[in-house]
Amino acid sequence: MSSRKLDRNMDAAFKIAGLAATFFGLLVLVVLVIDVFMDGFHRIGWDFFTSYPSRKPEQAGILSAWVGTIWIMITTAIFAIPLGIGSGIYLEEYARRNRFTDFIEINIANLAGVPSVIYGILGLGLFVRMMHLDRSVLAGGLILALLVLPVIILSTREALRSVPSSIREASYALGATKWQTIRHQVLPAGFGSILTGIILAMSRAVGETAPLITIGALTYIPFLPTSPVSLSQQSPYVHLSLQGFFDPFTVLPIQIFNWVSRPQKGFLADAAGGIIVLLAITLFMNGAAIYLRYKNQKRW
Amino acid sequence: MEQEIIIQIKDADSFYGPKQILKNVTLDFQAKTVTALMGPSGCGKSTLIRCLNRMNDLIPRFRFEGKVLYKGIDLYAKDVDITDLRREIGMVFQKPNPFPKSIYENVAYGVRIQGITNREFIDGIVEESLKRAALWEEVKDRLHEPALSLSGGQQQRICIARALAVKPHVILFDEPCSALDPIATAKIEELITELKKNYTIIVVTHNTAQAARVSDFTAFLYLGDLVEFGPTAKIFTVPQDKRTEEYLTGKFG
Repeated sequence: MSSRKLDRNMDAAFKIAGLAATFFGLLVLVVLVIDVFMDGFHRIGWDFFTSYPSRKPEQAGILSAWVGTIWIMITTAIFAIPLGIGSGIYLEEYARRNRFTDFIEINIANLAGVPSVIYGILGLGLFVRMMHLDRSVLAGGLILALLVLPVIILSTREALRSVPSSIREASYALGATKWQTIRHQVLPAGFGSILTGIILAMSRAVGETAPLITIGALTYIPFLPTSPVSLSQQSPYVHLSLQGFFDPFTVLPIQIFNWVSRPQKGFLADAAGGIIVLLAITLFMNGAAIYLRYKNQKRW
Repeated sequence: MEQEIIIQIKDADSFYGPKQILKNVTLDFQAKTVTALMGPSGCGKSTLIRCLNRMNDLIPRFRFEGKVLYKGIDLYAKDVDITDLRREIGMVFQKPNPFPKSIYENVAYGVRIQGITNREFIDGIVEESLKRAALWEEVKDRLHEPALSLSGGQQQRICIARALAVKPHVILFDEPCSALDPIATAKIEELITELKKNYTIIVVTHNTAQAARVSDFTAFLYLGDLVEFGPTAKIFTVPQDKRTEEYLTGKFG
């Protein structure tokens, strides 16, 4: 009798403890966000997005930072998405299970947990020095692509594995080859989950600072990478250029990091403004991922 | 009537890992008849039907020994491309498994993957297949709606139409009604009887009444052995083996 009562009390006690733990995390987050908004919200405006960094905090903006972030994200996506999906399909659908593939698998899972600064050191040696890419958009994008590659591979495999075998069997039974089955049935059925994984991987890359600082990405950049398309008055009027990939860059987290380390108070407000923009970007990307996951909850 | 044997199983043994599933099964299937593979759960009837289009190849630890001759061609010979032969030996599965696409795309898929792109030709095949599967009247106005929005019985008929679209000679039914209600079951059984005019049908069932209703020949399997095979009327009225009689009278299974 008394033991039952004790059990019930434990039940209630755990419920309260769990609730407190949840609220503690939430509370800290809310305080942080409110603090950042109070410091930096007044900086958000048209000028903030269209100005280069400056020695005067009230004139400084994030133009080179957000444009650089977009450049880096596109470069990362170009390399990481095809390589990641390709490896995921190979490992999940084609590779035979043996010691070698087991070894690869364990290593991919481990790579997903390697601290990002290690990737920066690798990139510094491989891309910046050996391949002479310097501190370019290409070098930065390649490093972040390596960083998110394991995440994309793992989520692709997860997505393909969740496609029920009955779909594959139905396709094979109609005389489809393995590639046709993957291309026309398995990939479309798993597409939503793959896309969710990609967005989450990219939203991780958006916030990465350490590997880019490691390669020495500049913090004061009063210019943009060369635009891939430019117009002129004379024939041929439209010029295409890949030069931008080889130009130096900065990104939002680095700009924020730079401002935070300045002694002047005004730069702290700039940093808070940058943080608000970065938060908005990650919130948007994670929101899109959650929406896609919700939308793709199909029942077979 | 000329009796044409379309599929012959010769000395079939199959294993899953170290476990033997089929034990030395030899069985002939006559063209344009319905043959029922009947027996309790775990007797190997599903394994046997899946040997006929090599669906078991997808299971990593599966092993098959023996021969399956389809019109004289050994399906397990090294130089045989099973993906081509699966067009001639279609299959309908236990649980309705339409692709998560439209009704039209489900039926057109088997034709499209052969590289055929002629829109009118595909339209024709889709209509003809849905008519043969007795589904055309129910879905003709909503061909582009998702197949998964249909009822279970309709989904199973989509799967039958999908199999018919690639013009098979043989259709394998692996317990096609086990996930359906009695009315949908009756429709599928009626359809099987109709289809045997043009196709050879092999149907797996654990339901003795269903075997009696739809089949011309019945094979009774028990623990991997082919216990008895013969015309359905004979199996059900004068079973030769004690185990067949006990199964039919509901003593086990």
